[in-house]
Amino acid sequence: MPPAVELAGVSRLFGERAVLRRVSFTVDSGQTLAILGPNGAGKTTLLKVVAGLLGPSQGRATVLGAQLPKERAQLRGRVGFVGHEPLLYRDLTPRENLALQCRLHDLGRERVEEVLEAVGATRFADRPVKELSRGMVQRVAVGRAVVACPPLLLLDEPQANLDPRAREWLEPLVGKESGRTRLLTSHDPEGALREADLVLGLRSGSPVFLLQADAVGRRELEELYR
Amino acid sequence: MSATLPQAKAKDRLEEPRGPGTLSAAAALLSVELKLEGRTTELVPGMVLFVLSAFVVFHFALNRGALEGDLAAGVLCVALLFGALLAVNRLFVRELEQGGFEALLLAPVPPAALFLAKTAALFIYLCLLELVGIPAYALLLLARNPVGVLGGVVGVLALTNLGIAVLGGLVSALTVRSRARELLAPLLFLPLLLPLLIGAASALSPLLAGHAPTIGRWLASTGGKWLTVLGLYDLIFGLIASALFDFLLED
Repeated sequence: MPPAVELAGVSRLFGERAVLRRVSFTVDSGQTLAILGPNGAGKTTLLKVVAGLLGPSQGRATVLGAQLPKERAQLRGRVGFVGHEPLLYRDLTPRENLALQCRLHDLGRERVEEVLEAVGATRFADRPVKELSRGMVQRVAVGRAVVACPPLLLLDEPQANLDPRAREWLEPLVGKESGRTRLLTSHDPEGALREADLVLGLRSGSPVFLLQADAVGRRELEELYR
Repeated sequence: MSATLPQAKAKDRLEEPRGPGTLSAAAALLSVELKLEGRTTELVPGMVLFVLSAFVVFHFALNRGALEGDLAAGVLCVALLFGALLAVNRLFVRELEQGGFEALLLAPVPPAALFLAKTAALFIYLCLLELVGIPAYALLLLARNPVGVLGGVVGVLALTNLGIAVLGGLVSALTVRSRARELLAPLLFLPLLLPLLIGAASALSPLLAGHAPTIGRWLASTGGKWLTVLGLYDLIFGLIASALFDFLLED
């Protein structure tokens, strides 16, 4: 079975500035890669490259069998992305936002109610997103990401703004037990290590280490965040 | 308590997600666009107020209560054009600020669906603008009652709106990511729109003249020719936009 995500020497430049430098890794289907690093390490850019939202400036990226950026159209609908921005229309309600996503994914309207229930958003489903708390919005953003059951989840600090109960609630959808291939970033190294099979340490866009999760110890983390 | 999400109905889409088709996706995006405009009233009221103000300004600046012919057609076209520019400047801003571009690129639909939706929305906004603007224009500036030539005026404005909507959608997508978009959009939009403006004003001029011909005579003389010019403009820019739009949205 080919790897779900394979990056070989991927760099990404914004103008002259390199935000990612020669990043390489392979993630097999069903595995979780945690991407750790201080602010500005390039974690979000890396997820956007894997999602096909940003093209690699150099190197080779293959995601779910699609060569990026040439075949990025093949990736559409197969990647669930939870980022810093919820990718929701603020003047629409959660129900209306999810209904739009269902229509764009060619899913029936009944799916909207299933997702609202799954993320625990039914009680605030008819309030405009702009009136919701960050935690409520994050629940809806998770719902948007998993609406079509994508095989690959890209989670950029997915637990930000969520209280412990909400984290527990969403665990089956985006956690390890979802069984999906996942790339996640986190500012909670201990939590990320519990979730991950592999860990990529990034600093200033360059890989510092790529290790099995159980091989990452205090020394590696101190070195990464020093 | 924790979440569960049934997978059965979506499972057959896991490997090969099938989008809803460009037209169906465009219809979904258009309905959201119109719903959002209905709630936020960010575009249409501003366009209407601007055009009404322009007619009032023309009324006093020209110091004439009754225009006809070339001048009447020119004033109408210029006011509508600048009113449209307000919408062109902001057509994709919501997508840029609220992540609509990224959400669309993650969904299994071609980006052209967004272009179709925005073009259709701009066309509708222009029609709404004219629904209020044309009676005000007739009242404030026109020498004669245009009811007898309304069919011709509507035909010309429909083709003009389509051209403005197609080019406006393209220019708006091209400039939305730029910090200087409010300067760049008019700089691109206005010169490219000149052929449409010439066609629309030339087609409207006889209809707004003191002694307007019947619609049949107008079509047989210059009207038919200018309508063809407007239609060709719409077609050409429609083809250009459909070829370019996918690239504009992607990185």
